[in-house]
Amino acid sequence: MNNEPLWGIFLNACLINNFVLAYFLGICPFLGVSGKVDTATKMGGAVTFVMLISAVCGYGIHSLLVFIDAPFLQLISYIVVIASTVQLVEMIIKKMSPSLFQALGIFLPLITTNCAILGLVLFQTNKGYDLFQSVFYALGAGAGFTIALLLMAGLREQMEFAEVPNVVKGTVLTLLIGGILSLTFMGFSGLNG
Amino acid sequence: MSTVLEKEPPKKKDLSTDEFIKGLWKENPVFVQVLGMCPVLAVTNTASNALAMGLATAFVLLMSNILISALRNFIPKQVRISSYILIIATFVTIIDYVIQAISVELHKSLGAFISLIVVNCLILSRAEAFASKNTIGKSIMDALGMGVGFTFGLLCLGVVRELLGSKSLFGFQVFPDQFQDWIVMILPAGGFFTLAFWLLVFNIFKSKKTSS
Repeated sequence: MNNEPLWGIFLNACLINNFVLAYFLGICPFLGVSGKVDTATKMGGAVTFVMLISAVCGYGIHSLLVFIDAPFLQLISYIVVIASTVQLVEMIIKKMSPSLFQALGIFLPLITTNCAILGLVLFQTNKGYDLFQSVFYALGAGAGFTIALLLMAGLREQMEFAEVPNVVKGTVLTLLIGGILSLTFMGFSGLNG
Repeated sequence: MSTVLEKEPPKKKDLSTDEFIKGLWKENPVFVQVLGMCPVLAVTNTASNALAMGLATAFVLLMSNILISALRNFIPKQVRISSYILIIATFVTIIDYVIQAISVELHKSLGAFISLIVVNCLILSRAEAFASKNTIGKSIMDALGMGVGFTFGLLCLGVVRELLGSKSLFGFQVFPDQFQDWIVMILPAGGFFTLAFWLLVFNIFKSKKTSS
């Protein structure tokens, strides 16, 4: 069992070991959906929601698999839970806000293959978090993902007006900004104490 | 939905080598399609990690492409994505245990990223765009091409990052002791910068080619 304090887990997942900028999880939406601040916020919300549900379900599944002694089913059952949660979120968003559904487009079903979510569930199992710790870990990771996405979107909106050479435009520029953001976030590692 | 991802119908007879070459260069998963970026950035801090990751991914890609192509007429359209993911997850579980059996050290340094092959967009996109529509033979060539192309891309990053970050290559020291390590290269930020550098090289190469 792990007895880290809850706020420590939250801070750790959110800033010190930011999922996007330190673990490189969820790079695809980070590069793909970070064009506009508005879309980025909603994407962050959707991912956080899926993370929260997956973390709780993942905790339950892990306990069950330990009980029936079948660790090799871990990966398969996790991915099934995540896929069904994403399906659920997709239906909710389609019903509640068709315009958001349009804006997120292909990236919504792709949350299933967002490594940040599977990564979260796997890490939480490895670290042996209990239910509350898992919830806080998921909240922190979701917040961290949203922050990274928002920062990126804000910077990219500014860069629209900058004159850059043609060969740098697009992915290269995004990656360079990502690198600088990642360097910046290293500053938080001092918080670890 | 599949209209977006649909490939052009085959034109020439000798297609199998084309499928292979395509993955290596013209549609290289790392440099051209920019797919499956998480492992590309995360485990390329040394060349040997990059190679192991590339081979593991190629294996999963090959096996899942074969199975999906073989089952393509039996999987109902509505549940195809879930079925693909289940097939992929099975092979990833296998390779996870295989790597653990070969070298515990390697397993430790790759960590959760072996399990995360499941959510590598490259594998799912090949399953959806290619294996579900083509014969087993062609799918094998496609998987091999993409797998080798992916491994090549990972190696490109791994070599640069290990050389500059810890002055060695595959664990052997290359640069003399006086060489100051570029610590940033083995940190996460180095991954972003190295990938940006390689994409830049590719872009310059491409724009020269089109202008001439």
